[in-house]
Amino acid sequence: MKLFPFLLGALPAIASAQGTPDLAAKVTAAQSAGDNAWMLVCSALVLMMTGPGLALFYGGLVRRKNVLGTMMQSFILMAVITVLWALVGYSLAFGEGTPVIGDLRYAFLNGVGSAPNADYAGTIPQQTFMVYQLMFAIITPALISGAFAERMKFSAMLLFMTLWALIVYFPMAHMVWGKGGFLNAALGGKIPCLDFAGGTVVHITSGVSALVTALYLGKRLGYPHVPMKPHNLVISFIGACLLWVGWFGFNAGSALAASGLATSAFVATHFGAAAAALGWVLAEWIGTGKPSVLGGISGCVAGLVAITPASGFVKPFPALLIGFLAGLFCYLMVVKVKQRLGYDDSLDAFGVHGCGGTLGALLTGVFATNAVNDGFKGPLGLVDGHPGQIWNQVVGCAIAWGLAIVGTLVILKICDATIGLRVTKEDEMTGLDVAMHGEEGYILEA
Amino acid sequence: MKKIEAVIQPFKLDEVKEALMGIGVDGMTITEVRGHGRQKGHKEVYRGREYNVDLLPKIKLELVVSDARAEEVVKTLTGAARTGKIGDGKVFVYEVAEAIRIRNDDRGDSAL
Repeated sequence: MKLFPFLLGALPAIASAQGTPDLAAKVTAAQSAGDNAWMLVCSALVLMMTGPGLALFYGGLVRRKNVLGTMMQSFILMAVITVLWALVGYSLAFGEGTPVIGDLRYAFLNGVGSAPNADYAGTIPQQTFMVYQLMFAIITPALISGAFAERMKFSAMLLFMTLWALIVYFPMAHMVWGKGGFLNAALGGKIPCLDFAGGTVVHITSGVSALVTALYLGKRLGYPHVPMKPHNLVISFIGACLLWVGWFGFNAGSALAASGLATSAFVATHFGAAAAALGWVLAEWIGTGKPSVLGGISGCVAGLVAITPASGFVKPFPALLIGFLAGLFCYLMVVKVKQRLGYDDSLDAFGVHGCGGTLGALLTGVFATNAVNDGFKGPLGLVDGHPGQIWNQVVGCAIAWGLAIVGTLVILKICDATIGLRVTKEDEMTGLDVAMHGEEGYILEA
Repeated sequence: MKKIEAVIQPFKLDEVKEALMGIGVDGMTITEVRGHGRQKGHKEVYRGREYNVDLLPKIKLELVVSDARAEEVVKTLTGAARTGKIGDGKVFVYEVAEAIRIRNDDRGDSAL
């Protein structure tokens, strides 16, 4: 980006010397090609986080009889949300509309083509921006599935997720990232909440909704007396490592260009994950006497969650600190607080995403600096001498929590009243694989 | 004829198999089983939830030999399977009433 004004300044001279008045257009096209290539790769990376990443991570953590049912919950969202996004989702999130929700100007992807939308990303086709944001809309509801794993009806899950995208995700994405959104820091929001890649939009909404769903559904049969060990930590390990890699698309891609800011977000993301893995493992080593693999991979995901809102605003060392704190904090929430309160958030979607997301969103207000991100006028966070940003972050978090709690409760009531949320006792004992899908994950004698 | 049934540590299977083949035993059946005797299990912790695992993976090995060879086979087997630590397993010896080779109806020792 720093080279670019210089190039543009030199353009008239070069153009007249070479007699090619379309040089400026060629420079623009070259930048667009670079940015578009990067953003298409990032879109694919973010989809990879849901399938196979999250599907493997969650799939390995459940009991053997529920492995396919759990993976299917992530996978089917790759299809369902895509259709919903094309119909109205993209428009409700990114159409200008009101401060709370977008309008229907892009419904049925009307006008979303290869021309850039300068409000969001001026150098890539709007269609690239659209498909990139779709991948976020897919993974966010998929994260919730960790809370109701092993006991929710497939049909109820489909209705729940569709309504959840409409009532919680699209409005929240619009408020934080949509033009004119209430919390949008870049495009005229009333309360400028800094959320680079989705601490509030993705992780607080999904994590808090996960807690509400776990409380509403109740515990799995036999919890906590019946052993419910993860059936295959090897696939969880592969899934978590795919999440780590995919997260570069999630965070660095949120620069929406192959820019220095993308590099900075990439570095912050990586540092956050590394420090959080160490934080969790260390806490566990001291707490239970052994550093576990599950602790390591849970920690890295917690760090990736916490660094998400901050990734495009903070320097590498604050990123290490945010990650490390997230590792410790999420360990405490998952291992100590959950045990004490006794709710059954099967795969700790709240403990990791809700808690890590809130911590990260608040710390963004502390460590955000315009030395990293100069796309805003004036100082950003506390380190820039702007303590008021922490308040903006608190408001953003409160709105995300409130919307997630109220929206999810309403949706659960609707699903409960229409198709019923929980599988029967017999189906739960048999397992979702056979009961819901008529197949088994592992047929070793075949 | 005697049936020798042994429950051994899984990691000892290869040594036991080699030792038995070394003295000319040419058939056996093995099963992966779980169980415990006096050996205590171990503790596993997943995100703070503790599980006591007391049924541990073992290998059950079954073979039928002639009366004359039984003692030698048992000695070889126990020798190869022993680590001297708790959890090494047990051997049970049974009388066998009859043995029949399905392929050609051989009976008794010649069916082994």
